[in-house]
Amino acid sequence: MLQSEHDLMRCEIETLVEKLGRERSSLMPILHEMQRKYGYIPSFAMQVIADELGIHPVEVYSVTSFYAFLKDVPGGKFTIRVCNTISCDMAGKDRVARQLEAELGIKFGQTTPDGRFSLEYTACMGMCDQGPALLVNDIVFTRVTPELVHQILEECRGHFGIYAIQEEVH
Amino acid sequence: MITSHVGPLTYEKVDVDKALKAALNKSRSEVIGTVSSSGLKGRGGAGFPTGVKWNLCAAAQNEHKFLVCNADEGEPGTFKDRILLTDYAKLVFAGMVIGGYAIGATKGLIYLRGEYQYLRAQLEEILEALREDKLLGFNILGKDDFSFDIEIRMGAGAYVCGEETALIESLEGHRGEPRNRPPYPVDTGFLGQPTAVNNVETLAWVTTIFDKGAEWFKGQGTEKSPGLKIFSVSGDCKQPGVYELPFGVSVADLLKTVGGEDAKAVQIGGASGHCIPAKDFGRKIGFEDIATGGSVIVFGPQRDLLEVAINFMEFFSDESCGQCTPCRDGCPVILKGLEAFKRGECSIAHLHELRRLGETMQLASKCGLGQSAANAFLSITEHFADEVLGRNQSNGFKE
Amino acid sequence: MSDTKKTSNTPEKGRGEIANWADSENAGYEFSFGADASRAPVSQRRQMIKAQQVEGKIGGLVKVTIDGHEIRVPMGTTILDAAREAGIQIPTLCAHEDLCIAGVCRICVVEVEGFRTLQASCAYPITQPIVVHTHTPKVRQARRHIVSLMLANHYGECYTCKRNGNCELQNLAEQYGAERFLFGHPEEPLFEKDLSSHAVVRDMNKCVLCRRCVRTCIDLQEVGVLEAVERGAHTRIDTFMSKPLADVVCINCGQCINRCPTGALTANDPREEIWRAIDDPQKHVVIQTAPSPRAGIGECFGLEPGVPLTFEMNTALRECGFDAVFDTNFTADLTIIEEGTELITRLYKALVEKDEHVALPQFTSCSPGWVKYLEHFYPEYIPHVSSCKSPQQMFGAVIKTYYAQHKGIDPKDIVTVALMPCSAKKYECNRPEMNDSGFKDIDYGLTTRELGQMIKEGGMHLPDLPKSDFDDPFGTATGSGVIFGASGGVMEAALRTVIELVTGEKVESIFEHADIIPVRGFEGIKYVELRVPKVGPVPALLKHLVPNWDWLDGATLKMAVVHGTANAKRVMEDIKAGGKFSHCHFIEFMACPGGCLGGGGQPIPTNPEIRAARAKAIYSEDAAYEVRKSHENPAIIKLYNEFLTDGPCGHVSHKLLHTHYTKRGKVIN
Repeated sequence: MLQSEHDLMRCEIETLVEKLGRERSSLMPILHEMQRKYGYIPSFAMQVIADELGIHPVEVYSVTSFYAFLKDVPGGKFTIRVCNTISCDMAGKDRVARQLEAELGIKFGQTTPDGRFSLEYTACMGMCDQGPALLVNDIVFTRVTPELVHQILEECRGHFGIYAIQEEVH
Repeated sequence: MITSHVGPLTYEKVDVDKALKAALNKSRSEVIGTVSSSGLKGRGGAGFPTGVKWNLCAAAQNEHKFLVCNADEGEPGTFKDRILLTDYAKLVFAGMVIGGYAIGATKGLIYLRGEYQYLRAQLEEILEALREDKLLGFNILGKDDFSFDIEIRMGAGAYVCGEETALIESLEGHRGEPRNRPPYPVDTGFLGQPTAVNNVETLAWVTTIFDKGAEWFKGQGTEKSPGLKIFSVSGDCKQPGVYELPFGVSVADLLKTVGGEDAKAVQIGGASGHCIPAKDFGRKIGFEDIATGGSVIVFGPQRDLLEVAINFMEFFSDESCGQCTPCRDGCPVILKGLEAFKRGECSIAHLHELRRLGETMQLASKCGLGQSAANAFLSITEHFADEVLGRNQSNGFKE
Repeated sequence: MSDTKKTSNTPEKGRGEIANWADSENAGYEFSFGADASRAPVSQRRQMIKAQQVEGKIGGLVKVTIDGHEIRVPMGTTILDAAREAGIQIPTLCAHEDLCIAGVCRICVVEVEGFRTLQASCAYPITQPIVVHTHTPKVRQARRHIVSLMLANHYGECYTCKRNGNCELQNLAEQYGAERFLFGHPEEPLFEKDLSSHAVVRDMNKCVLCRRCVRTCIDLQEVGVLEAVERGAHTRIDTFMSKPLADVVCINCGQCINRCPTGALTANDPREEIWRAIDDPQKHVVIQTAPSPRAGIGECFGLEPGVPLTFEMNTALRECGFDAVFDTNFTADLTIIEEGTELITRLYKALVEKDEHVALPQFTSCSPGWVKYLEHFYPEYIPHVSSCKSPQQMFGAVIKTYYAQHKGIDPKDIVTVALMPCSAKKYECNRPEMNDSGFKDIDYGLTTRELGQMIKEGGMHLPDLPKSDFDDPFGTATGSGVIFGASGGVMEAALRTVIELVTGEKVESIFEHADIIPVRGFEGIKYVELRVPKVGPVPALLKHLVPNWDWLDGATLKMAVVHGTANAKRVMEDIKAGGKFSHCHFIEFMACPGGCLGGGGQPIPTNPEIRAARAKAIYSEDAAYEVRKSHENPAIIKLYNEFLTDGPCGHVSHKLLHTHYTKRGKVIN
C-alpha cells in the first residue's frame, strides 16, 4: 500500500471519529463504516482507530474478530451469506448452497479468484417463514431455489459497485 | 420480495398518537403503575415484569439513564420483531418514548441486528417524522421536563448480543460478552448508567396498553402470563408466519391455527428453547409452563431430530461468546457426541455423561445463552432417544 | 477492588524535608493495580457497593452463611472472599488478586439458596443475607465437568512442561477432576509455539482461556499485546493480527508469565546453552546476580516468600560450575554514580547554564521493560531517559574489559550470565547495540525460576547449603545496590548518595538509619520533594563537572517513583499535558508492579502479599549491610581509580557504560 493511501485512510478515520465521537462506544459504528467502504477493516485502519480512541490495536482486532459481519481480511465485492439455521435448513438450504458452490466454483468460506464473490454461512437471519434465505451484502433474498441462484448471481455480475443491486430487490 | 404471512394483529388498530399523549399526560409513576398493573412481562423470553424493571431504573438518582430497545432478534425461528419494525415501527418508538419518560431517560438506543441493515433507512425516516411531529427530541409534546431522542445502533452478526449485558458491552464498543450479574443493567448499564433494556415487542405492547388500557391487556392470557403474544412460526406447517395469540394457548391449538397438526415435535423458544414431543402438545405456552420469546418451529413426521439437535449445537458452538468454560467448551463436546451418534458410534454411558454435562452447562454458565445452549439437546435426547441411538450412516433414524 | 495491600509505611512527616505527594492534595491521583481506573470492560470489573462498613448501621455488614458457618461481611464482599474469611476453600482459576474479576472459568461456582443456577463465587457480591453451599453434588459435578472440558482442550504432557509441579490446572485436575478424560484429550498440538520473542514463549496448546494474561497486559500493564480473538469454540488468545510476539508492541515484562496458570506462557529458557558453556573447559563462565532473585528463589524450594538466600545461592552457583559469582549490586552502585552524575550535569546545564534543550525530568533506564515501553509509546521522550546502561549491561561491559584484563583472560572466552528477576533482561542483552566491550556484553539472561531449576538439576536443596561470599574483585556491594530490587530503591539509593555528595552531611543526620521511607512502599505513583537544606564542598569525583553547589542551595528537588507501566502511562500523559510531573527533575520508572521483586522472571505465583514479603527481605538485607551508600563502595572507588580514570560520565564510561535508544513507535507492520 502506498503511503498516500494510508494518509487518506487516516484522514477518513479522523473525520469519522470527529463525527461519531472519540469514545470507545463509537468503535462499532466506526468499524461498520470502514467495513462498508473497504469490505474489510484493514490492519492499518485498526491501528489508526485504536490510536484515535485511545485503545490498543489488539482490542480493535479482538472486537472485529468477534462479529461475523466485520472482517479483517478482504472478502469478495459481494458477500453471500446463506442462512444455516434449522428452518432454512428444513426448507432446502443445502441444495441452494451446493448450487452456489457449483456456480461460483468455490466452497463456503472462500472467495472467487476475481474477488467478486465470497460464500459464507450465517446464523438465523429472521426469514424463517420464507426460507431458504440468503443475504447478498445487505440485501435479503428469500425462498431461494437452486434455479434462482443463477439469477441472483447474474444480477450481481451485471452491476458495478457494492450497493448497486439495492434498487432491484424491493 | 419479503412476503410474510401475518395473522390479524391488535397493533393494526392502535392509535399511536393517542396512546403517546395519554401516557405523557400521566406522571412518571402513574405510567409505571399502568404498566405494572397490566402485568406486562418481557417478551424476549425471560419474562421479567416490565413495570418492575422500569421502577428499579426510575428509582436510580443518576443524571443519565438509557432506554435500550433490543432489536437483536437472533433466536432461530424468530422474526416477529422484523415484522413489527417493518410495519409498526412507530408503535415501537412510541413505546420507547413512554419508557424513556417513565424511567427518566434522555436517550434511547435501538440495537438493530446487522441482518436487518436493510430496514435502517426506513426506520431513520420514521424517527425523523417523529421529530418533526415533536414526539421525539427536545421537550416532547411541550413537556418542559422531558426530552428524549432515539439513535439506531447496528449489531454486526452476533447472536449473543441479544443477551442484555452483552448488548450493552457491544454498544460500548467491546466484544459482545455478557457481564457478571449482579449488578443488573437497571443499576449499572450502558456507560455505567441505569439502563432499561426492553424487547421490541414489549415496547409495542406498552403503546398498545396506553391505547387500550391495562385492564384490557390483563384480561387476555393467563394470570401469570397476561396479555397477547406474537409468535413466529416456521417449519413444517401449511402457513408459516406471524400470529398473535393469547398466552396460555396449548401447543395443539397453536398447531391447528398454523396448519401443523401432523407434527411429531415442536421446538418452542428457538435453539435455546425446548423440543416438545407430540404427547405433550396439550401443554400450554406461557411463563408458567413453556416460556418462550415466540419462536415456534414445527417438525413434521419425516424430520430427523438428531439433525435438528446437531444444527442447534453447531449454532451454539459458533455463537457462544467464548468467555466461560461450560458453554465455550461444552457445546463442541456435545456436538462431537451428536455426530458420533449419527455414525452410530456413541455409547449410552457417554450419552449419560453428555446429558450431565448439559445440566452443568445449564447451571454453571455465565449467561442465559450458555445456560440454555443444551436445552434442545437435552429435550431431544430425552424424548427421542429411540431416534438418536443405534444408528448407522445409511439408515438414518428410520429402521 | 483487589487493591495492592499497601505496606504499612506511612510516610513519616516532618522527618527530613520530604513531602509525600500521595498524602497531599492530589491523593486522588494515587493509583494501585487493577483499581477502579481499570480499562477492562464492565463485564470484567468488580462492582463495588459503597456502604458504611460500621456494624449496626443499616447497609454496613451483611450476614452470610457458608456451609453452615455464619459470618458477617461488608456489603459487596464476594462470596469467594467471604468464604476465605470463614476458612472455607473454594477453587479458583481465572481469579487473580492483582487483576479485575472475570468470572469466566466457572470453577469457583457455588450453590446459593434461592437461585436456579450456580453462582461464580469470585464475581458475586453479597448485598443481602444469603445461604451458600460450596460442595453440593451439583457443584462437584460442575467442577469435574469444567476441569474435564479444560483438559479436553489442553494439549501437553505434564512431564515436559515447565510448569510441572506448579500448575494450577494440574492441581485442579488432581483435586476436582475425574479419573479419566471425560471428554477426550488432544493428542496433537493445534497451534505452533511462538518462539519469536527473546523473552516470552507462547504455547497456545496449553491455554485454558482464563484471560489472566489479557487482563494483565491490557489492564494491569496497559501494554495491550494479548486479547481474546474470535468467539465461541474458536476463541483463542492472540496478538494483533496473529503476529509473532517479536513483531508486536511487547515490552517483554513477563507479567503475563507470572499470572498464567498453566505452561501456555513461559520464559525463553537459556539453561541448555549455559550448561554447555559451563561444561566447556575453554569458557570462563561468570554470573552476576541481581538483588531480587535472592529474595524470591527460596519460593522455588518450598520456602515462604521473603527468605533471602543470597549467600547460599553463591555456593550453589559455584557448585553448578560457574567460574565466578558477582553481585549486580556492584554495577547498581556504579549506575548510581553514573546516573547521578548525569542528573547533576543536566541540572547544572538547565539551572546554571540556562540551556533550554536539556531534557528534564531525567528518567531511569534500569528497567528494560520500561525502556521498551517508552521507545514504543513515548519515543519523543527518549532524550529524557538516562543514557546509562542498566546495571546488568554495565556489568557485562566491565567484565569483558576490566575484569578480563585484570584476570588475563581473553574476553572471547568469557561467557557472561545475568541472573535476573526479569524476562525483559533476556531481550535487553540481545539488543544489537549492547556490545561496547567488543563482544556481546551479556550472553544470557537467566531468570530466578530457571536458576531454581539449574540448582535442582545440580542435585542441591538450596536452603541447606552453606553460605559463601561474592568473588573479587567486585566483592560484596552496598545496601543501596540491594534495594534496587524494590520500587523506590533506585530513588532511595540515589538520594543517599546525592544528599551526601551535595550537603557534605551524613544522610543519617536527616533520615534515621538512612532509610528514606517516603519513597518506599507499593503505591503506584509516589511523588516526593526534597529541599536542599545546605550545600558542602564538591567532592573530588565530581570536580571536573561542577565548580560548586551554590546553585543547589535551598533548591527543591522534585522526584517521583513509578512502577507498573499502567502507572507509567499516567505519569507520561501528565508530563505530556504539562502537569505536575513535568516539573520533576528525576523519575524512577519500573515496568513491573512492585519493581524488580515482582519481575516476570520471579517464582510463580505472585500476589501483593508475596511481593510485600520479598520487599521486606530486600530491605532487611539492606539494613544488614555495613556499607549502604553507593559512593562509599570501595570496589567502585577502585574502579574509577584504576579503569574509568576520567571519572563518572567520562570518556571511557561513556563508551562502556552508556547507550542509546531506538524510536520504535507503535506501528505494527
